[in-house]
Amino acid sequence: MEQRVLPYLLLLPATLFLCVFFIYPFLLVAWQAFSEGGSFTLEHFQTMAGHWKFSTAFWNTMLLALAVVPVQIALALLMATLVTRMGSGRDLILYIWTIPLGISDLAAGIIWLAIFEQTGFLNSMLAGLGIIEQPITWLSYQNKSTIFLAVVLAEIWRATAIVLVILVAGMGLIPKEYYEAAEVFGAGPWKRFVRITLPMLRPSLQTALILRTILAFEVFAVVMALGGTNLPVLMGETYVWQFDLQDRNVAAAYALVILGISIAFTLVFLRTLRVPREAQP
Amino acid sequence: MTAVTATEAARPAADIRSRGRLVFVTVIVILCVWVLVPIYLLAINAFSSPDQVNAFPKSFVPGFETDNINFFLGFAGVGKALFNSILVAGITMVLSILLGAPAGYALSRFDFHGKDTFRVLVLMTRAFPLPLLALPLAVMFIRTGLDDTAFGLALVHTTLALPFAVLITFSLFSGIPVELEEAAWTLGCTRFQAFYKVVLPLILPGIAASAVFAFVISWNEVFAAAVLTIENRTLTAFLLQSLDVSPLHLKFAGGAVLVAPALIFIFVVRRYLFAMWGIANR
Amino acid sequence: MKAMIPRLTSAVLAAGAVVGTAATANADILFWSTQAAPLEETQAMREQVLSGFNETVDYQATDDRGPWLTRIEAELEAGSGTIGLLGALHGEFVSLSDNLIDMSDIDLGDVTVNPTFQELGKLGTDEQKYLPWMQATYIMAANREALDYLPEGADVNALTYDELIEWARVMAEETGSPKFGFPAGPSGLKHRFFQGYLYPSYTDSAVTKFRSPEAEEAWNKFKELWEYTNPASTGYGFMQEQLLTGDVWVAWDHTARLADAFNQRPDDFVAFPAPAGPTGRGFMPVIAGFAIPETAPDVEAAKELAAYMLRPETQIATLEATNFFPVVEVDLPDDMPDSVRLSGTAIAAMSGADDANPSLLPVGLGENNGKFNQVFNDTFERIVLAGQDVRTVLDEQADVLRDIMEESGASCWAPDEPSEGACPVE
Repeated sequence: MEQRVLPYLLLLPATLFLCVFFIYPFLLVAWQAFSEGGSFTLEHFQTMAGHWKFSTAFWNTMLLALAVVPVQIALALLMATLVTRMGSGRDLILYIWTIPLGISDLAAGIIWLAIFEQTGFLNSMLAGLGIIEQPITWLSYQNKSTIFLAVVLAEIWRATAIVLVILVAGMGLIPKEYYEAAEVFGAGPWKRFVRITLPMLRPSLQTALILRTILAFEVFAVVMALGGTNLPVLMGETYVWQFDLQDRNVAAAYALVILGISIAFTLVFLRTLRVPREAQP
Repeated sequence: MTAVTATEAARPAADIRSRGRLVFVTVIVILCVWVLVPIYLLAINAFSSPDQVNAFPKSFVPGFETDNINFFLGFAGVGKALFNSILVAGITMVLSILLGAPAGYALSRFDFHGKDTFRVLVLMTRAFPLPLLALPLAVMFIRTGLDDTAFGLALVHTTLALPFAVLITFSLFSGIPVELEEAAWTLGCTRFQAFYKVVLPLILPGIAASAVFAFVISWNEVFAAAVLTIENRTLTAFLLQSLDVSPLHLKFAGGAVLVAPALIFIFVVRRYLFAMWGIANR
Repeated sequence: MKAMIPRLTSAVLAAGAVVGTAATANADILFWSTQAAPLEETQAMREQVLSGFNETVDYQATDDRGPWLTRIEAELEAGSGTIGLLGALHGEFVSLSDNLIDMSDIDLGDVTVNPTFQELGKLGTDEQKYLPWMQATYIMAANREALDYLPEGADVNALTYDELIEWARVMAEETGSPKFGFPAGPSGLKHRFFQGYLYPSYTDSAVTKFRSPEAEEAWNKFKELWEYTNPASTGYGFMQEQLLTGDVWVAWDHTARLADAFNQRPDDFVAFPAPAGPTGRGFMPVIAGFAIPETAPDVEAAKELAAYMLRPETQIATLEATNFFPVVEVDLPDDMPDSVRLSGTAIAAMSGADDANPSLLPVGLGENNGKFNQVFNDTFERIVLAGQDVRTVLDEQADVLRDIMEESGASCWAPDEPSEGACPVE
């Protein structure tokens, strides 16, 4: 009996809290997406989907997530693995690698704009090395792929630390004996990584993937700083409709689209990386 | 970990190993440079005169001008805003752990109906744009008197930090063999005692890690802070929301003023953030 | 852990204590503004402008309309608030019109407010919804180096659009990179250029002739200019930055968004009027005002503050702090900042020009104000950035514009002829 009630008791405080501070305001906003003057309508979704920027914003958001998240996972795995092999100086290196954790997306946008703008640090360096004579306009509307690349770099720089901390924490919990045993059987580093680290890390990987993907769908401040109006994303359009066009209904529809794709991807990750209760071999 | 390399001192493999060592160190250095260079560039601009900030090509050495930074330090109300930021982040930290860790434990130890529903519910708070929720929340806060208080803002920030707290503690609890707990039960411990004496010490660093997340999330959040606090502004709401329209030199100095406390905080708590390494070597 | 729990508890209790105290310490007047948001200006507003008022004023400014709007909407919806006085642009008050207190009974003493702006403040109603606070406009600025490339016979103080295009072309070709800059970024004010400068200069209209052949010509001219415009313009918000860095030599922008360039290097930059087209030298004012929301905690104090803000000496202090010019009759002292001197001369030349063609701000658009601006932004993005056919885009956007005008029922404003009922899109 305790077994059946206990989990719900443990979830109760968080659930109650979320009901008051998230679900209640969320339902109010969600209702706006579906209503006009108190009655149900899909008109706002039609307005949203019919606007010429919607599909661009949608695909930009998707592509950005696709370009950023896998690189971040791979990079964080590499960093975490390096950390496990480090001797002295581990604390310092880990600290350095987690620095971007403390930097907000707005600040990151300011920093990376200083690098890529026409009189920025990148051009200063290239000019200093004599590679270019005239500053290159990296963030030009004619060259959206460079803007895209700049955003991807900035995002990878800014948000890999989150993944790293989660993975490092997870790796710390893998019993060392497994590696020792594998070594006895002559497994090389790559084999140990694939056969032990990756499977044992599944809960942490799942967490990191879900969180990063969801956050990637809300990418906004860095894109605004580097891309201006050239790279519309869903979150930016939500903002425009809510505050510039002052149409809360369509803004709510946009927000629901972001929520929808986030939930869809979360469910995919929950299924494909399912962590059984007895995850331990 | 050095033990791994030290015990295997077999001669023929030494060359390969030293070459491997070189690659190893190079990769680490490259990654450190990658993280540090943008921070360094921010520092250059923050400590340069307006002329240097606007110059081209830019100097890669700071001008050691402190005028811009001093502008912020002398800005009326910065101290109070800093205090508010820390207060809000602190409350957020405590709340998100108190609410999140039990949920993470439940998710990792039990199979029950509604498990996935709960997980999706928790994640939804991160997947829904906060600027839209700010309006109904503000109305609610004004009506209940939570408006313009550190506690009220911390409640909102907790909804943002909760998914991190739940998921991180979940994945850490999952990494601790349930057998450990079961062993404690057979030795006569109650479920609570087993948790308290066996699991908690193992998990404490992980909890610290999610607390750090909560702190950083709260520290950097602007929108809700700008709407929900007036007299008790947080540093972010106080500085960052107008930074974007301020002249370049102030933009960078303001950025540095915001980034520095967060860096110091992470530095101070880094031992907690990664103390779990001691456990791994148990 | 045992020791931790009491510590946590006390932290939460301490937080609770903060909740208790915050509610009582609320005697100041909260001035909630979208103007003077750059940090130095905010500081100057507090220290130089508002410190002279007999009560403490808490001046909070944000350039991001999101928090500004969310806060006031929340207070209105909750039915009680802390904001005493709202400071914002004409357009930003439009959607709040129903919840603003009539300010016509404020005793301004012997101050004479610009009657045109005062009329605008009624927002098409019988009540004084907001009082004008300060004004600005958009002008041109150039680096002195650029003047060497001026086309033969062109007078920088009486420029035409054709000459500007030629100028931009020569600069682009001779220096190797485009030197004209335009604030087309997310926070840039490009829509004002189309509404108040390009359209009036080519069509003598902003609404009725939206899809006319003259408008087609205007857009084609702008496309031509865009060829010689710095392509990073789509990220620009405040042209003073690019003028100072040298990314751009010639730019059009809001006087307050050029001020920093004039003040930092007054000898390197010149200010001059916007160019003229076939139907004159179109230009448009920026009007900021203040209003009192119906939820204001102390309406009388807010009204006193409003009157204080319109006193000539406060208006001059405001000009120094924000680069926004007075809206009341006042004699400016000689020792003003460089930005004021430079842009003031340019504004005088622009409004005093023989071919001056001033526009007014949209009135009566209500909730559609943002969508009205978006029509111009979308037209720009489609024609100029996406390279779509001018005729097709204008026809399609004209339909959107017509819907907006009909839905809001707003009648035409200058330079369009006054209309009976909704302003028609021909």
